[in-house]
Amino acid sequence: MALLPLFVTSGFVLNAVIMMLYTALLGLSWNILAGFGGQFSFGHAVFFGTGAYAAAVLQAKLGWNAWATLPAALALGAAVGAFIGALSFRYGLRGSYFALVTLAFAEVFRILANNVDFTGAGVGIMVRLNAGAGNFQFASKAGYLYVVLAFALAGLVVCWWLRNSRYGAWLQAVRDNEDSAKALGVNVFRIKLGAIALSGALMAAGGVFYAQYFQYIDPGLAYGPGVSIEALLAPIVGGLGTLWGPVLGAVLLQILGEGTRGLFENAPGVSLMVYGALLVLMVTLMPSGVLGVLRRRA
Amino acid sequence: MFELSILWPALLNGLTTGAVYALIALGLTLIYGVLHIINFAHGAALMMALYGVYFLQRSFGLDPYVSLVVMVPAMFAAGYLAYRYVIGVASHGRDENILLVTLGVAIVLENLALFLFKSDTRTIDTAYTFTTVPIGPAMIALPKIVAFFGAAVTAGVLLVIMRTTDLGRAIRACAKERQGARLAGIDVEHVFAMSFGIGLACLGAAACFLLPAYYVNPMVGNGFVLIAFTIVVLGGMGSFAGALLGGLLIGVVESIGGLWLGESLGQIGIFLIFIAVLLFRPQGLFGVRA
Repeated sequence: MALLPLFVTSGFVLNAVIMMLYTALLGLSWNILAGFGGQFSFGHAVFFGTGAYAAAVLQAKLGWNAWATLPAALALGAAVGAFIGALSFRYGLRGSYFALVTLAFAEVFRILANNVDFTGAGVGIMVRLNAGAGNFQFASKAGYLYVVLAFALAGLVVCWWLRNSRYGAWLQAVRDNEDSAKALGVNVFRIKLGAIALSGALMAAGGVFYAQYFQYIDPGLAYGPGVSIEALLAPIVGGLGTLWGPVLGAVLLQILGEGTRGLFENAPGVSLMVYGALLVLMVTLMPSGVLGVLRRRA
Repeated sequence: MFELSILWPALLNGLTTGAVYALIALGLTLIYGVLHIINFAHGAALMMALYGVYFLQRSFGLDPYVSLVVMVPAMFAAGYLAYRYVIGVASHGRDENILLVTLGVAIVLENLALFLFKSDTRTIDTAYTFTTVPIGPAMIALPKIVAFFGAAVTAGVLLVIMRTTDLGRAIRACAKERQGARLAGIDVEHVFAMSFGIGLACLGAAACFLLPAYYVNPMVGNGFVLIAFTIVVLGGMGSFAGALLGGLLIGVVESIGGLWLGESLGQIGIFLIFIAVLLFRPQGLFGVRA
């Protein structure tokens, strides 16, 4: 995939691959918390938006270099994750309650971003065009492809580590049975806190990439429910709690998305409608995702 | 502090809005109380009901309050079928699955509405849309007063159904102990679907009371769904009295918060209450710890 830009120069193909990798990145982030940790967040936009706004605000308002905003955005994403996690897990929120509380946090952030001056309020923020690899802005799409590929690989490495490390084993134990994990001496609170911070940082990386690629961000794009849904769709389609599930899901979603866009031109809502229907169908017919079905066949 | 002359109308407005919120929350709390699932499609279902009322008025000239006769049974049927053939099938006995499926249904419904009706915000005109009634120093819109009493009556009907009918007893039995109910010969799946249907029927009623003073667009449900969740959590999951009081309380908080912080930022009060209640008192103000 890294060699792809050498052979393909079509902006359309490169853009499709970039969006696919970007979807995979968001999916990998969600998969850390839901797939490995068993905590279903319906408000992952809260981390995405924090990353995107950190990049845009630090650059546009405070004049930071674009690359320097990346670690700051990751740290902020992790911090917001740790904050929400500390509150929710301290008070023992699970299942639907946790989903609701994340959703509410995303809404609080959206309303704040809509009303505060330094985020540009409802107007949003433009990232100034200043092409150059040193500014995280590339003349060709290939540059963006390498960046998002690197982010997605980092996400894969984190998930691989979760599958093969002691911490990952603890996390999966908490997912499978929190009470027995606790009885066996696992510090459940701290394990879950780590997972949400990790997931938040990775999601913030997605936000940074979005802000640099589209060079514009507003409260609805950053903190709206659209991103939260995008993040959970790929892992559910591909296979929750697996290493390659979110990536496979992103590939399938990208193909499906291009297909519906081709079939229905610009009819509003159709592509999202297909995504919603896909979510229902997947959960009904293939709760372990495409990867789960493939494994069972093999 | 504000003068009484501003506060009194805000309070009354809040109470009337809150009554409709309560009606929406009643359906949600019933579904939660019995099925122990959170229906994320609740807002989208309300949106569909609002479109139903809108088109009944536009195409057939039906007054929104007359539409009750159509919308309540129609929404009941939609809810019954949705549970029987989509939501119940998908659960595989896991709560997370139901969360995801109702989320998927919400996405489908919202975008279906966007596809069919475009994103235009629509309102209806009735003879009484702009009629106001003086209550003390305040002028309150007539549709809002009707909505207040309509919500109260609907809640009363719901309570009577739950307390006195066989269906109500079966629903309460399934809510308490579904295995036991099954052993006692109750068709649990049927009762679940009935509860889901009644929950959506409340939305049908809410839509009829809401539209004369409100509007409809494909995303209108989003605004209500978190508010309804807040009320349900505040009142205690599954508690009818809690939903009623919680609805009124949230209506007043929104109205007075809006006066204080402005319309857009005022909403934040609701979410902060929601988060605070979830964290510190998840059993709600009136609920008992499960």
